[in-house]
Amino acid sequence: MDLTYTEEEEEFRARLREWLGQVLPTLPPKPDPNDWPGRRAYDMGWQRRLYDAGYAGLHWPVDAGGQGATPTQHLIFLEETEKAGAPYVGANFVGLLHAGPTIAAEGTPGQRARWLPPILRGDEVWCQGFSEPDAGSDLAALRTKAARDGDEYVITGSKIWTSHAEVADWCELLVRTDPDAPKHRGISWLAMPMDAPGVTIRPLRTLAGSTEFAEMFLDEVRVPVANRVGAENDGWRVTMVTLSFERGTAFVGEVVACRRTLTALADAARKNGRWDDPVLRRKLGLLSAEFAALWRLTQWNVSESEATGGVPGTGGSVFKLRYSHARQELYDTAAEVLGAGSLDVDHEWVLDRLSSLSYTIAAGTSQIQQNIIAERILGLPKGR
Amino acid sequence: MHFQLTEDQRALQAGMRELLAGRFGRDTLRAAVDAPGTLDRGLWRKLGEAGFFALRLPEDEGGVGLGLPEAVLLFEEAGRALLPGPLIATHLAAGVVKGAADGSVIVTQPDGALVEWYEAADALLPPADTAEGGFADGALTPVRSVDPLTPLHRLPEPAPAADPLVGLLTAAEQLGSAARTTEMAVQYAREREQFGAAIGSFQAVKHLCAQMLARTELARSAVYAAAVTCEAADIAGAKLLADEAAVRCARDCLQVHGGMGFTWEADVHLHLKRAWVRKERWVSEGALTELLAELLVEVG
Repeated sequence: MDLTYTEEEEEFRARLREWLGQVLPTLPPKPDPNDWPGRRAYDMGWQRRLYDAGYAGLHWPVDAGGQGATPTQHLIFLEETEKAGAPYVGANFVGLLHAGPTIAAEGTPGQRARWLPPILRGDEVWCQGFSEPDAGSDLAALRTKAARDGDEYVITGSKIWTSHAEVADWCELLVRTDPDAPKHRGISWLAMPMDAPGVTIRPLRTLAGSTEFAEMFLDEVRVPVANRVGAENDGWRVTMVTLSFERGTAFVGEVVACRRTLTALADAARKNGRWDDPVLRRKLGLLSAEFAALWRLTQWNVSESEATGGVPGTGGSVFKLRYSHARQELYDTAAEVLGAGSLDVDHEWVLDRLSSLSYTIAAGTSQIQQNIIAERILGLPKGR
Repeated sequence: MHFQLTEDQRALQAGMRELLAGRFGRDTLRAAVDAPGTLDRGLWRKLGEAGFFALRLPEDEGGVGLGLPEAVLLFEEAGRALLPGPLIATHLAAGVVKGAADGSVIVTQPDGALVEWYEAADALLPPADTAEGGFADGALTPVRSVDPLTPLHRLPEPAPAADPLVGLLTAAEQLGSAARTTEMAVQYAREREQFGAAIGSFQAVKHLCAQMLARTELARSAVYAAAVTCEAADIAGAKLLADEAAVRCARDCLQVHGGMGFTWEADVHLHLKRAWVRKERWVSEGALTELLAELLVEVG
């Protein structure tokens, strides 16, 4: 058990810090959250800077155009960029964390050459067309139909919870190519151009008031068969490769940010007198223990995946279950610190409190997460 | 950074588990419950031979020369097995009290308002800043202990705060207990059938078990990290999370066992009661959370 970083890792950190110190002051001002084209341009500009500096696709394999960094270097990258206040992955999220790694793992050489470099350079944005109105936790129940017509698929159906759909160039789309097969066996993974005729986007307003997501309606959209990654009807397996990326290091930056928020909460409570309440102080103390442990669990999981050759371990489900709950507790406690101020949606913590409500739902609800832990890790029998 | 067990650490862990399975299996545990207040001195010496007490003493002082991470792994195993006795005090007394290192002398130590195993112990380890020596006859009041495997006496005056290592090693024992009750619950849920199915196939039971694992694994990260850094905040957080994991997992394990969990016959209550005893050691939950809150302000 060792928590000290190697000399090589510390050098990596030092170089990164130095670069961040130089590049962050050159960034343009942050765009308005509702200015989608502006957000795209900002996020792509940041990705381009990462690319030019040799940090794009840090954790991607070298033969996919990535840097082949170790999980620990990736952890350091996420920690340092968060601490320095660097932009988030933003519009590049799906490309860098889902679609890209899937294409890198399962795509043909031609597909990799076509789609991976623009993701790394910050030229093309991807969105994700997985969930459907009737296929959420039960993703494999998806019904969007793709019928083969010569060398094209003709796709009809609807998708939901698609982030960045308005500004995306490509969509990683799950479709049903065999309606008669068992539900996990009739699915295929396609790269769909977002400007194809028949694609309609309708922004979906969340309870936070923003339009982070969209609904997507597909009406006889034609996609070349050549855009299919993996074999026909093998899309479920291909997708699982992608989803395991999602639960690896996706929340590293957020845990760092939560710990900073906790310090800011203590500071605010000191200033407004709420600190005199021992119940509040103890809540903050307990949250401090929880987030410190979540950080250690992250380091544990990263070290584990380093030892197993990059495969995220079972710790990811445990992390997600506890982190999503802890984040909600954190912002509920922020509301206690703010008192009446917690009703002002212009306050950053109030917006974060609202958005925290999605954490126990998105990427597998806490209930599904518990089923996964019980069945796959603990080996309890499947059932209801 | 490599925050995983090394091969040597795994071997140490496996060796300890094997030793305890051989010398302190379920029958021995239940026999100990039926003969309260006595410690198996043969087992105690065996632990001494295995280096349990002298683990962190330097090799040139006759110790094993290992560190806190290794000690934490051994105490985790002790917690799993519900091994009774003032293990932490004797471990801390190695090199201080003659005979502690090899397990021939059993040492206990006052902690807060209580002292464990006072009558069975041969020596008393005074907390760092108090004068050496025992207590006058009649100064201690025997307590009818909730845990059949931890005899307790009440002190006339509360002892000064104990060594943080008491907190860390107690957290390690709590972690072992939490891991064990999680396993017990899962095993029972696989075997016990109701409504024509294993109860572990019901989501309500599954979710209890999943939460048990999540609590245990989060506590594990905290306890192991605290053993590596030895920082005050890390030890405080580890104790908080491990206490919660041990107590809560024992409660959930009891719940999964249903009526059987409420019997003296099942081992679940032994884990719960010991977890309650350990939770009272070192610093209170309230004081630990206050300490962590204070540290937030200092950092910021």
